[in-house]
Amino acid sequence: MLRLEKRPTPSRFWLYATPPVAVILTMIVGGILFALMGKNPFEVIRTIFWDPIFGEFAFYLRGQLLVKAGPLILIAIGLALGFRAGIWNIGAEGQYIMGAIVGASVGLAVFPTDNRLIFPVMVVAGAFGGWAWAMIPAILKTRFNTNEILVSLMLVYVAETILAKASTGFLKNPEGMGFPGSRNFSSFPAAQNSFLYEPLGLHWGGVAALVTGILAYILLTRHQAGFQIRLAGQAPRAARFHGVNPARLVVMCMGISGALAGMAGLFEVTGPAGQISIDFNSGYGFTAIIVAFLGRLNPLGIVLAGFLMALTYVGGEMASTNLGLPDAAIQVFQGMLLFFLLAVDVLTNYRFRLSVGGAVKGAK
Amino acid sequence: MKRRNLLASAAIGLGLALSGSAFAEGMDHVKACFVYVGPIGDGGWTFQHHQGAMSLTEAYGDKVEIQFQENVPEGADAERVLTQMALGGCNIIFTTSFGYMDATNAVAAKFPDVKFEHATGFKRDSANVSNYNARFYEGRAVEGLIAGRMTTSNKIGYIGSFPIPEVIMGINSYYLNAKKVNPNVELSIVWAFTWFDPAKEADAAKALIDQGVDVIASHTDSTAVLAEAAKTENVIGFGQASDMAEYTDGPRVSSIIDNWGPYYVERVGALLDGTYEQADIWAGIAGGEVKIGDISARVPAEVKAEAEALRDAIGAGTVHPFTGPINKQDGSAWLADGATAPDGDLLGMMFYVEGITGDIPQ
Repeated sequence: MLRLEKRPTPSRFWLYATPPVAVILTMIVGGILFALMGKNPFEVIRTIFWDPIFGEFAFYLRGQLLVKAGPLILIAIGLALGFRAGIWNIGAEGQYIMGAIVGASVGLAVFPTDNRLIFPVMVVAGAFGGWAWAMIPAILKTRFNTNEILVSLMLVYVAETILAKASTGFLKNPEGMGFPGSRNFSSFPAAQNSFLYEPLGLHWGGVAALVTGILAYILLTRHQAGFQIRLAGQAPRAARFHGVNPARLVVMCMGISGALAGMAGLFEVTGPAGQISIDFNSGYGFTAIIVAFLGRLNPLGIVLAGFLMALTYVGGEMASTNLGLPDAAIQVFQGMLLFFLLAVDVLTNYRFRLSVGGAVKGAK
Repeated sequence: MKRRNLLASAAIGLGLALSGSAFAEGMDHVKACFVYVGPIGDGGWTFQHHQGAMSLTEAYGDKVEIQFQENVPEGADAERVLTQMALGGCNIIFTTSFGYMDATNAVAAKFPDVKFEHATGFKRDSANVSNYNARFYEGRAVEGLIAGRMTTSNKIGYIGSFPIPEVIMGINSYYLNAKKVNPNVELSIVWAFTWFDPAKEADAAKALIDQGVDVIASHTDSTAVLAEAAKTENVIGFGQASDMAEYTDGPRVSSIIDNWGPYYVERVGALLDGTYEQADIWAGIAGGEVKIGDISARVPAEVKAEAEALRDAIGAGTVHPFTGPINKQDGSAWLADGATAPDGDLLGMMFYVEGITGDIPQ
């Protein structure tokens, strides 16, 4: 009989082997699913994972990978800092929306002024918007010991309502003939987050994501705050003896993740999305949670995971349009990735043991 | 099948006779692509567009290849999907939701040889972008008449999706025509702020029913509103976008059916034989784009006859759902006695007519 046994120390091998194994399992089971739907599984897998990078239209799609991965990476890194310390910010989607609204409001307030300071100020405002929205669950937790998972998640729905108000009300394009949605930033160069190098899909959001990845890595491995984060997550009691102030840690981790999510929202609204609209948010804040875990809560791992996730989106769309796969099948495929990741992850902390006759071999 | 073909070729022949030679060269094969905001199984808006797309195969067989993408978010993702389609060899791309407007125009500018058709929008920045829409307010007038006659509480309801002119003209038309047959009628409006979200749509219906509303019209895409109405006795509603005939034994008394097939067949046909031209189409009951679904047995025969007469009169052009005198909500005059609403007023309609209470969300 197979039995799970806790490892004395987490396995380093499985820590790093989990993501690739999960990807391979997803391909196999996903392939079976596609085959059952009457599609050629090899063709589907190739369309999702190979074509966007090396296929016929790679010249365009490669750039789209960073466009899609940028906000995911930026948000996921912030989340990972908190997750490592045992602080669960699930509401990055709301912070992303609020960052976009606050940042866009600042820019639109001075439309159509031309000044090179406008965009940097908007980025700061966007970070502030996300930070402020994250402070609500943070302060409620430190003051009243509320659950930050619930509060931050609920605030996503509040943010969505404010987004609807913004696009039909206070940010509505005065020249939009009454239709909802703000002015498009593509007609406001001073506030636009245009491509720095289009073939790579590089805009300021991508730059911010990559730089943040490196900074977060240094923070976690070399800095006192990073040590406190890791300690608080691994051994909360020891952390307290070590002088870690849990309230301050909550405020710091929620603040960083909120600010990064807010910045991601600002880069998106001024760049690829172009405007505040009712459906502006497209789930980056939630997908980033998957990315954070897929990247093992390690900033450099998250950068890779962000690109992998982007690949399943961009490639998944290709598979859906060109091969006639229903969108739901692609969503199942993406869901499988998280499922297998969590399933295989068990092996990091546990191992399988063969037991005979109910007694563990060699145990006494 | 035969009849469809015949109709299509008749339409093409007509087009050929009337129009010049802007794109004189025909094509042997057209790849027609569709971008959908919801899943094709939503039973409403997207389902109907997809039905329209499928009628292309029926009309042209192998000459037309169809590609589509479901659940495309409005915004940056739409731009990528459109670019992929254009790169992938689509000759004509139909973007079937208002929110694709900027993405459609942005991508169209980069692919001048691909035709773009944007539903319900108004921007045509380059020569390869066309707009098409249907006069759904004509169907709302028929629904309003039925609502006014059928309500016993004199409270009728409307579930709005987003406060945009398209929806507001539907609300006004529904209310005006209900009021015409029942001066005591009161209209409650609930905004769902979504096109497709069955849970939110059901909540909105529930909120209306709790207020005592017994006739519900909706401007959202799923069947959830009818499913919710079915839970309360004596509450009726309408199929929206699609016939939703499966609720005929329950609350559904009639429906507005979006019938996009003829338009798609006409446009792709024009591309096939080289008569395609940029267009801005807004047809209604007369053009066959808006259909009124069967009026069920729950509706008394005389009301049914009255509703069908209104439908036919609108189709014949003898009745316009917005005929003066009509005042705006604040009491100021909009249409003089006997005047009908100009299209421009309708397309930018951001006011309620007199008698509707509440404010348009700002």
